[in-house]
Amino acid sequence: MIQTDWIWGLVGGLMIGSAAAILLLGNGRIMGASGIIGGLVDRSGLGDWAERVAFLAALVVIPALMLPLYNVEISTKITSNLGIVIAGGLMVGLGTRLAMGCTSGHGVCGISRFSLRGIVATVFYLLAGGIAMVLFRHGLGLI
Amino acid sequence: MQRIVISALSGGLFGAGLLVSGMTDTTKVQGWLDIFGAWDPTLAFVLGGAILPMMLAWQMTTKRATSLAGAPFPSKPDPRLGHNLIIGSVLFGAGWGLVGLCPGPAIASLSWGGTGGIVFILAMIAGMMAAPSLRLRIDKVAAI
Repeated sequence: MIQTDWIWGLVGGLMIGSAAAILLLGNGRIMGASGIIGGLVDRSGLGDWAERVAFLAALVVIPALMLPLYNVEISTKITSNLGIVIAGGLMVGLGTRLAMGCTSGHGVCGISRFSLRGIVATVFYLLAGGIAMVLFRHGLGLI
Repeated sequence: MQRIVISALSGGLFGAGLLVSGMTDTTKVQGWLDIFGAWDPTLAFVLGGAILPMMLAWQMTTKRATSLAGAPFPSKPDPRLGHNLIIGSVLFGAGWGLVGLCPGPAIASLSWGGTGGIVFILAMIAGMMAAPSLRLRIDKVAAI
């Protein structure tokens, strides 16, 4: 049975891939969210700061404008445990910048060009995410 | 100016796609990673759907000399893996599972993510600030 969520997942995925294609064919850049943010944070990407800011501003504003299209309340359903939120945020920030990529950079842009780094990174972060669920949800009952 | 407009177009479509696909919902991401729980395969459709247009785009880069804005295309991917790639990906994956947010959806959901969303982004930025010095240290240890 195909579920509606899966179809919306595919449609949204095609939009995400098209967004990455626009940045690649338009500006010659790889659409990696952690790289675009990280280059501003560690000042390594200040040379094209305006492009990065424009990308991030649109990334915030466009989905915000789309919210009224939904009849149901849209929520991230993020945990209310701020200790977990901080730990997770630190790990995501540190990890993506050590690995030089996240789901968009290594996952979408890397796998689609058969980059070994992208494929290996994706295998490791998926495995680590799965193990985190086993450990923190089924083991410790934290999440 | 052209480059800035292209960046904004890309960022806007990326954000729209993240919302439409359900990837700003932390329970859907955790549902995908939780293979021993109520497994949710949505993320596979998102990743598969996103890879398709990019495969075409990479194909197109081989037929053109430069991008629309005149810049060269990214160089061939670096074949070297290195310790930072593995350590970083494991750390990222664990944090991703813990909260259910990766960098793109964290930013995209800023307007409705509440306090938790903002705290996550601030912690993520702090982690990003710490990365360059740790990256050098890992390189140094790995070289021994």
